[in-house]
Amino acid sequence: MKAKVTVMLKSGVLDPQGEAVRHALGALGFDGVEGVRQGKLIELDLASGTTQADVTAMCERLLANTVIESYSIEM
Amino acid sequence: MKAAVLVFPGSNCDRDLAVAFRAAGFETEMVWHKETALPDGVDVVGVPGGFSYGDYLRCGAIAARSPIAQALKLHADRGGYVFAPCNGFQILTEAGMLPGALLRNSGLKYICQTVDLRVEETESAFTAGYGKGDVIRVPIAHHDGNYTCDEETLKRLNDDNLIAFRYVVTPNGATDGIAGVLSPNRRVLGMMPHPERAADPLHGNTDGVALFRGLAGALVSA
Repeated sequence: MKAKVTVMLKSGVLDPQGEAVRHALGALGFDGVEGVRQGKLIELDLASGTTQADVTAMCERLLANTVIESYSIEM
Repeated sequence: MKAAVLVFPGSNCDRDLAVAFRAAGFETEMVWHKETALPDGVDVVGVPGGFSYGDYLRCGAIAARSPIAQALKLHADRGGYVFAPCNGFQILTEAGMLPGALLRNSGLKYICQTVDLRVEETESAFTAGYGKGDVIRVPIAHHDGNYTCDEETLKRLNDDNLIAFRYVVTPNGATDGIAGVLSPNRRVLGMMPHPERAADPLHGNTDGVALFRGLAGALVSA
């Protein structure tokens, strides 16, 4: 069983890397990009029986820093 | 007077920190991250700068969950002193021992330079050796020193005078120019700059010495 965890900076937190990517896209002539947010995708290979609640606990305790990041889980 | 300096894989300021503690009169022991307890009688724990665990996942994230981190939390909960420059500050925020978080520098570049810091709060063992408003020169060397916290936390830090140091000119985008933060009991200090690199005449700068002497002074008079 696999789980995909997406970790993103919270919307109020400035993402300087995303901003740099947006500027670079603009420099390449892609004018339509109004915002870029860069995050992380973490893939977990899980033993059967691992629950969504287990993965939530993993996110809360390690995978995301909930002071600045939000996460979503796909299983 | 005893100090312990934690050592993680990737720590690189651990020995500098130990030298600064010893120069201030501390008996100093290095403690490997796999230990689950601190040596007996430790007054101060130094959480050093560097790149613990290669900055994997987030700076300080893995170190904050390492075996020794539990012992570090217990030490702080019991009112022990903790001094955490640079990666140490990142580790303490990741461990929830200090509020806020350290983001990538706003300019995206690693910054290695000596900066002016203003001493904002002198009511702590770490800062008692300075005058309020003093400007000291201390090196910084970091890629992720952009301090951030929510508005409520910022208000609390300001109201309770827990901001120990501010940058005179903020180099990294840090919220409100914050360079160093104290715990509510003022015995835990996390800061991005490196006073241990300004602690010997051979460094060409001794502005950091007062911090280590202040700590020693508080323990002697206790």
